[in-house]
Amino acid sequence: MRITRLTAVVGALALAMAAAACGGDDSGSGSASGIVGKASKDKKLVFGVKADQPGLGLQTGGSYTGFDIEITKIIAKGLGVPESGIEYKTTVSANREPFIQQGQVDVVVATYTINDDRKKVVNFAGPYYVAGQDLLVRADETAITGPESLAGKKVCSVSGSTPAKRIQTDYKDAKLQQFDSYSKCVTALADKSVDAVTTDDIILAGYAAQDQYAGKLKVVGKKFSDEPYGIGVKKSDTEGCNKINEILKTAATDGSYKAAWDATLGKSGSAAPTLDVSKLTNCS
Amino acid sequence: MDVFTDSANIDTYVTGFLWILKLTAAGAVGALVLGVLLAAMRVSPVPVLRGFGTAWVNIFRNTPLTLIVFFCYFGLYSALGFELSDDIDTNNYWLGVVGLSVYTAAFVCEAIRSGINTVPVGQAEAARAIGMSFLQTLTLIVLPQAARAVVAPLGSTFIALAKNATIVGTIGLMESSTAMKDLINANGDAVIPIFLVFAGTFAIVLIPTGYLFGWLANRLAVKR
Repeated sequence: MRITRLTAVVGALALAMAAAACGGDDSGSGSASGIVGKASKDKKLVFGVKADQPGLGLQTGGSYTGFDIEITKIIAKGLGVPESGIEYKTTVSANREPFIQQGQVDVVVATYTINDDRKKVVNFAGPYYVAGQDLLVRADETAITGPESLAGKKVCSVSGSTPAKRIQTDYKDAKLQQFDSYSKCVTALADKSVDAVTTDDIILAGYAAQDQYAGKLKVVGKKFSDEPYGIGVKKSDTEGCNKINEILKTAATDGSYKAAWDATLGKSGSAAPTLDVSKLTNCS
Repeated sequence: MDVFTDSANIDTYVTGFLWILKLTAAGAVGALVLGVLLAAMRVSPVPVLRGFGTAWVNIFRNTPLTLIVFFCYFGLYSALGFELSDDIDTNNYWLGVVGLSVYTAAFVCEAIRSGINTVPVGQAEAARAIGMSFLQTLTLIVLPQAARAVVAPLGSTFIALAKNATIVGTIGLMESSTAMKDLINANGDAVIPIFLVFAGTFAIVLIPTGYLFGWLANRLAVKR
């Protein structure tokens, strides 16, 4: 069963790559094909977001909620697109680049860590948030204060993910339980069959803020890596990228960034971070 | 193919398949013992036992294995505190074995029951006529003859078990499918070779196993 599913995934990926290769060149440059042009002409934008991350991008029924979603609203507003003109499309980590290249989505806001490999294919605005690997523990936990205190503790993460790898290589004394999704890890944490869950702090905060876990779980708050989250647009769309950075600068000062945080991840109890506008990327 | 020249990757590959072998071996023993017991229950004269056997087969044969293994972790271990070892991997391994045995036993039971049906009814009647009890009739007369008829279907069941063992990856055991996913995540440029090596290993081991069971079935068949 696993094997069939994998072939399907491999096939789909190959198709996506082939399609991406074909669709990559026709974008052209200039405002006509960029998001600024599209926003002013159609008053519509398609955003690629995550659908399975509480607090960030979570789909319930037909609607999406979370911090990433609030960021998309800020961007849309800055580009002159009304909320009714926003269309969401669910992306998973593997299909974000192809979606941008093919034009299936205009902008991706989906816990999208900026790195050099990705910069080769897409243009990043932001970072609008710098996440980092952290630990989620039960609210009454006092023994776990950071990654150094994990010796002999059961730590859960998603199999094959970067956070899981980091535990295996840097914190060998921890006992690593791996599942195929973070929600299983969080269930196991609430059941006391593991002692901590580890991944990006912002994702953990999202779980801690979920209604069924409110007050029962807490984020340790000691980051041990840096994951700057960016906003992806087409590689050719420098104008759109710069415009989004402008919008983020405004949002940092006019309070809408803080409001977006407070309405979503702020419910976990962590105070709104400051958006450091001096760190915004140079769009190219 | 330079993915498989890295010793750490080879390690992952070997560990993955060792777990599959261990799961299959322990799962097969568990399923065989349970399955024979269940088959005995299903042909026994006691209605309660027959009902229990039927219920077991119908419940576990029709529940997805993923759910059963998932329940072993979150139900048995997490909620009920059924801990089988201090070590995470060993604990997950035994939870997986429980899940696989419980599930496969339903299929083993049905295979054996169909084997029992191949034994002429006169055999059991003769055994009863010379004063053997139900248990004696079953263990001395019926099951030995039935066993020879079910070698081939049991072989298929155990081949299915070996492949099903990959499901234990959902509760975090580093078996072959999880190992493969890990290698693919880390070596995005070598997806096809990694896939072929893992799928090929299953084929290389299991195809001869199938022939072996077929040959055994021919050798042992009761020629009537």
